[in-house]
Amino acid sequence: MSHATKEELGAAASVELNKVLASGKALTPKERLALPAQEMPAQPPEVRVRNIQEVALGYTPEQARVEAMRCLQCKTKPCVAGCPVQIDIPGFVGAIADADYARAIGIIKRDSLLPAVCGRVCPQEEQCQAPCTVGKSLKSLDKAVAIGRLERFVADWERDGGKMQPPAVKPATGRKVAVIGSGPASLTVAADVRREGHEVTIFEAFHKFGGVMVYGIPEFRLPKKIVEVEVDVLRKMGVQLVPNFVIGRTRTLKELMEKDGFDAVFIGTGAGLPKFMNIEGENLVGVFSANEYLTRANLMKAYLRGVAATPISQSKVVAVLGGGNVAMDAARTALRLGAEKVYVVYRRTEKEMPARVEEVAHAKEEGVIFQFLTNSKRIIGDEAGRVTGIECVRFQLGEPDKSGRPRPVEIPGSEYMMEVDTVIVAIGNDSNPLIKQTTPELDTTKWGNIIVNEDCATSIPGVYAGGDIVLGAATVILAMGQGRRAAAAINKQLCGGGAG
Amino acid sequence: MIETHVIVRKKQLSPEVFEIEVKAARIAEQRKPGQFIMLSMDVDLGERIPLTIADADTAKGTITLIYQRVGQGTRLLAQLGEGDAIPVLVGPLGTPTHIEKVGAVVGVGGGIGAAPLFPIMEGMKKAGNRVVTILGARTKELIFWEDKFRAISDEVIVCTDDGGYGRKALVTEPLKELCAREPKPALAVAIGPAIMMKFCAEATRPFGVHTLVSLNAIMVDGTGMCGGCRVMVGGKVKFVCVDGPEFDGHLVDFDGLMKRQAAYKTQERAALDHACNLDKMAAEKKAEG
Ligand SMILES: Cc1cc2nc3c(=O)[nH]c(=O)nc-3n(C[C@H](O)[C@H](O)[C@H](O)COP(=O)(O)OP(=O)(O)OC[C@H]3O[C@@H](n4cnc5c(N)ncnc54)[C@H](O)[C@@H]3O)c2cc1C
Ligand code: FES
Repeated sequence: MSHATKEELGAAASVELNKVLASGKALTPKERLALPAQEMPAQPPEVRVRNIQEVALGYTPEQARVEAMRCLQCKTKPCVAGCPVQIDIPGFVGAIADADYARAIGIIKRDSLLPAVCGRVCPQEEQCQAPCTVGKSLKSLDKAVAIGRLERFVADWERDGGKMQPPAVKPATGRKVAVIGSGPASLTVAADVRREGHEVTIFEAFHKFGGVMVYGIPEFRLPKKIVEVEVDVLRKMGVQLVPNFVIGRTRTLKELMEKDGFDAVFIGTGAGLPKFMNIEGENLVGVFSANEYLTRANLMKAYLRGVAATPISQSKVVAVLGGGNVAMDAARTALRLGAEKVYVVYRRTEKEMPARVEEVAHAKEEGVIFQFLTNSKRIIGDEAGRVTGIECVRFQLGEPDKSGRPRPVEIPGSEYMMEVDTVIVAIGNDSNPLIKQTTPELDTTKWGNIIVNEDCATSIPGVYAGGDIVLGAATVILAMGQGRRAAAAINKQLCGGGAG
Repeated sequence: MIETHVIVRKKQLSPEVFEIEVKAARIAEQRKPGQFIMLSMDVDLGERIPLTIADADTAKGTITLIYQRVGQGTRLLAQLGEGDAIPVLVGPLGTPTHIEKVGAVVGVGGGIGAAPLFPIMEGMKKAGNRVVTILGARTKELIFWEDKFRAISDEVIVCTDDGGYGRKALVTEPLKELCAREPKPALAVAIGPAIMMKFCAEATRPFGVHTLVSLNAIMVDGTGMCGGCRVMVGGKVKFVCVDGPEFDGHLVDFDGLMKRQAAYKTQERAALDHACNLDKMAAEKKAEG
């Protein structure tokens, strides 16, 4: 990345754009491929590690149009097949090239409800951008059309311009739907079901709505404001939002249906139960699950020291265990909370890391130190039970395992010590057991994931589920996709089943 | 479906201990002995603190909470009076106590631990058990709800450290005596500071009396999401907020629990000093005005 400022990048794009517009002719594929790929303006690393504001600043309109013009509008549309919700990508990208942003956002919203979120957090390099013909022709995945950034651009254009309109709601049907949790799966169900005129109530265990989008993914990657606006849209549509309400405790699923008269229920409770490694020293003071660390930092705003009531430890040297988005978020949050050194300890190599490529690149720029092919063996503490270090061991890649990834094998005798005062465990989440415990007739896998059919219907009639509680820790877009499917099935059930 | 959690009654039990009755109809209806709520004093910046549901009145739609003014959260809570609302209140959380007829049950409530003990002993009595309650505190003024316990217990033994009221003894003394007496209690329930629960578990162990303890771990969310409340029980990691708060006292790693409880001591102190100054300022303002 060049670290040119947004003004510089925008000015360069203006020059390109004016050239194209001045020629007055449609671009040939060759000319399109010759247009410069647009870099995302970003806060400089040395500045952003000291604040929690968003890292990526978003394209200027000129940049967006030039980037959109790079799209070949190919007939085969491999990008659409790569998108989990099959957005008409060439359609909206073409509209941006024409500067018809309203049409562009309209096209996206036919299939995706949360473009401002997905444009920021989807793993585009594995989805729509992976098969992009432009990237293939230029022999670099980095040169694929930046579909995610364009999606973000139009979504921001709509929101910042105050052009967001709550979708129209059909006349009341008198049917009631309960939505449990308020992550992306739930928000999608709420909108789609409410649109058909059914009464919708969201029950959320926390005091804020948005699920992982508010308590997990940090402000510097996904500003909370964006999620708030989406939640506000639901409110304007007449969706009831009930915070601090734990289904399975404050009310059971059965009571919702039998006592409170809900005709259908959607469970979108996410993958909330953090996994630990079961190594020695894991209960020492200074060892956190990434969920705890990020919740303290994000939801409870522990970064506002002296203002927020929830404390967070003042760390000097931090080791984050894991290689996914969660690990990157934890590592980068630790830097922003003032840690002097942050290590990411990951068993495999950079290539196998499940985190978004952009997040890894950002983490490196910010000074996160990666220890690949390394695993933690035990955590060491002092008399008071506080972390003082971590013993690691080196790995090498061996034969491929069942997933086809080379299996890391421990190198005997390669143990070494690292002095750290904080360890953040980011190795994944299991499903939250609260609803299952109080609803034994709900079928789940042995890991506690709810079993559903292609309509996202569970083993209990009228009860649907989707998102991480079904898929295991997955992604925002997949959660949204399942929400869509569940909503369609709920709407069918409520209309078909003799409404009123 | 959204309820405002107004404080309808407030009583100061001792200089630092308060009893409040709060509107929470749904929680009152749903709660079972052993469960707790989490509350926060600010939707945006507050810390969620767990408090056991000490009693509930389904007719009035209220729950009773007892808290000691210790940290920043409880200090802010103490500033609320009758008619004020608690901004965030979630519950009931935790796995309810398994209540059944086992014969004789001994309950030990140390200090503020008497509050969570009450609904459990009440449940045990209703289930047809012979109930003996031991209440312990440093001084007489820190003993509360003795009359309520008398109403549901076959016997109540009060101990104070200074002997100013009841027996001059630690709670483990009468506990051991009761365990040695025939018929031996089938179950002991000990709730109080971690160190007291540890010694109660040690006291009953030689007698083979099954002992439940209710752990007051540090919590963040109270729904199993963060693992901050984890504790080792019988060599396995347990989350106090969902797997507990009650566990077999003979299996709990109390030393680990106490170390984790101390995790934020220095920062909590700093926050407290800050809060004390705020209190002082408020008091001075009042005095001036
Ligand atoms: C730190 C972090 C970073 C991530 N980064 C990315 C990324 O870059 N890109 C990406 O695509 N995905 C990312 N993910 C994954 C993504 O956030 C999830 O896949 C997605 O949010 C799942 O959505 P969901 O609707 O299933 O549930 P969630 O977002 O998990 O929301 C579930 C909600 O249900 C509530 N709830 C749970 N139990 C109950 C109950 N009993 N009663 C009431 N409410 C309840 C919870 O409080 C929560 O608010 C990340 C996840 C984390 C933790
Ligand atoms: S308080 Fe977070 S898991 Fe128990």
